[in-house]
Amino acid sequence: MSDTTATVRLFRTTAIKLALIYLAALTLASGAVLVYLSQNTATVLREQVVDTVDAEISGLADQYRIGGIRALVATVDARSRRPGASLYLVTDFAANQLVGNIEQLDDRVLAGESGELQRVIYTPIGGGPRREALARVFQLSGGFRLLVGRDLQEQQYFRSLLAEAMRFWLFVLAALGLITWVFVSRRVLKRIDAMTATSRRIMSGDLSERLPVEGSGDEFDRLAIGLNAMLTRIEALMQGLKDVSDNIAHDLKTPLTRMRNRLEEALRSDLSGDSKAREVLETTIEDCDVLIRTFNALLRIARVEAGSSDASFDEIDVSELVREVAELYAPVAEDEGGGMELRVTDGLRVSGNRELLVQALINLVENALKYARQEEGEGARVELEARAESGEVLLGVRDHGPGIADADKERVLHRFVRLEASRSAPGSGLGLSLVSAVARLHHGRLELADAQPGLMARLRLPEAGNADAAATAGGD
Amino acid sequence: MRILIVEDDKEAASYLAKAFREAGHVVDHAADGEEGYDLATSAPYDVLVVDRMLPRRDGLSLISGLRSQGFHTPVLVLSALGQVDDRVTGLRAGGDDYLPKPYAFSELLARVEALGRRPRQQEVETSYTVGDLTLDRLSHTVTRSGQEIPLQPREFRLLEYLMQHAGQVVTRTMLLEHVWEYHFDPQTNVIDVHISRLRAKIDKDFDRPLLHTVRGAGYTIRDAGRA
Repeated sequence: MSDTTATVRLFRTTAIKLALIYLAALTLASGAVLVYLSQNTATVLREQVVDTVDAEISGLADQYRIGGIRALVATVDARSRRPGASLYLVTDFAANQLVGNIEQLDDRVLAGESGELQRVIYTPIGGGPRREALARVFQLSGGFRLLVGRDLQEQQYFRSLLAEAMRFWLFVLAALGLITWVFVSRRVLKRIDAMTATSRRIMSGDLSERLPVEGSGDEFDRLAIGLNAMLTRIEALMQGLKDVSDNIAHDLKTPLTRMRNRLEEALRSDLSGDSKAREVLETTIEDCDVLIRTFNALLRIARVEAGSSDASFDEIDVSELVREVAELYAPVAEDEGGGMELRVTDGLRVSGNRELLVQALINLVENALKYARQEEGEGARVELEARAESGEVLLGVRDHGPGIADADKERVLHRFVRLEASRSAPGSGLGLSLVSAVARLHHGRLELADAQPGLMARLRLPEAGNADAAATAGGD
Repeated sequence: MRILIVEDDKEAASYLAKAFREAGHVVDHAADGEEGYDLATSAPYDVLVVDRMLPRRDGLSLISGLRSQGFHTPVLVLSALGQVDDRVTGLRAGGDDYLPKPYAFSELLARVEALGRRPRQQEVETSYTVGDLTLDRLSHTVTRSGQEIPLQPREFRLLEYLMQHAGQVVTRTMLLEHVWEYHFDPQTNVIDVHISRLRAKIDKDFDRPLLHTVRGAGYTIRDAGRA
């Protein structure tokens, strides 16, 4: 099996669906937690900033009230040199910087409403990148302005930390999901594949196969044990059925043989006897043969329908098979003034049982020969075709006879169904049911279509190599 | 020929014995597998006719027992199990021919005689001759009275099989099995049609017919003038 199909199968499993659902749910939930957390922290941090700024402002305002601008400048100067200091700026009425640790600031900030908390962008003293801060600006008497603020870098750092954590968490989640999925699906898939393969072998007839049991006692083991018990039971029943049919074959065929033998003996020992008795004997032998044939056909259908575990399958060149059958029967058609036309694509192969396929084809051809004529006296024209169509091999046999009414097409596939009311023509009514049983055994089907005039009986079989696809499609 | 019948059904066995004797053969009978094995290993038989379902010892085990002991007597397996796969099992166990029940005695006789008179080394024969008809297996030519008769490959094989068993009856099913390798009961007279085509080629323009129909049994090829 190629890599791509393996991947496709990996994606089609329940395991990946579950993994994806869990992954999505976990991501959503942890996302919600993170959003909640980061918003709450943001609020708390902001409140802290505001509190700090307010406390500083009230302290500085006191300084100004007591010591005037000079004291304020001195305090601010001292405070702004401390490590981790807040932002300070004192300007005069002309907006000249008197003191502070801000190098540059948007002018509009200082012009803003007094006391309002605002977000400002500034450049710290000594240059460097522009930074963000929360600050309040106060108009002091004498045109002085005081700005006290708090850098927001910490807050942003915290936020980026959270985002980082979130990304990492998502990555961990995805990785975990992936690992669990691969492990689960690999393991689950492997066991399910093993079970599927076994069940396919069982389906193709080997009832002695059993599903693998690992011995771990998990649900797969329990399933396998249960199914194996079922198989044992079915095998026993099938064996019983086979024994019964073998016994029927033996017990019914033996008396039939004796009867036929006695008749033959009577015929042989009475060569000079009266022709009437001889005729009776001969017709009885013929009847006997018809019985035997019918009986054989019935047994054969029963075996084929039971999936005949002993029918061996090989890869068969059906083009060759169709030619052989045509070669065998062409003289029969020609003798009746007709002929056999062949349209065969070379090299068509199916996996199947040669004997059963030959029997099916021959049944179709004999049927066609029987009903080949539209009118009495016309030559029997039978057409045989073999071609491939979308992964299937089509084996068609067409006659130019009266065909089968749509209403009867299903019915003729049943055993002993014969359409002519008189039942005078030879035949048991088992031919098409055998063909249809053989078709089913080969994961194919028998189609009856109007050829106008005549009947087109078509055997559709999966081409060799495509048998798998047909088996999954459940070809019935 | 000396024939041993291993068959548990008394009536069938006595009928078979009687019919074989009528056909001019010497017949012994064993009623179960063990007895059959003892007889087959103690006396020289030309052909064994063995039923498959036997008391005490199964027919197939009887045959494989014989084969493992180095007995190469031709065996015809007679069985109610007539599926192709049953035949394959029977032939693999060492049987030389397989006839499903119910059979026609004429068919059984034809097969047993074909087995019994089979030349030990068939491959050595490179040509067959019946009357003035000669079939050369190497050059794939058929001549009658020095005149070459062109035959289709299948007709050649049909004639070859008939001539291999010249003088013996060959049934329709034997022909289907050996010439076409099919195992089924034809409803139409398909074999008769092929035989009549062959007959048209080898007999039509000649004074004496060689290919004869045996009523109720099959066909035989023989020079009637000398038979």
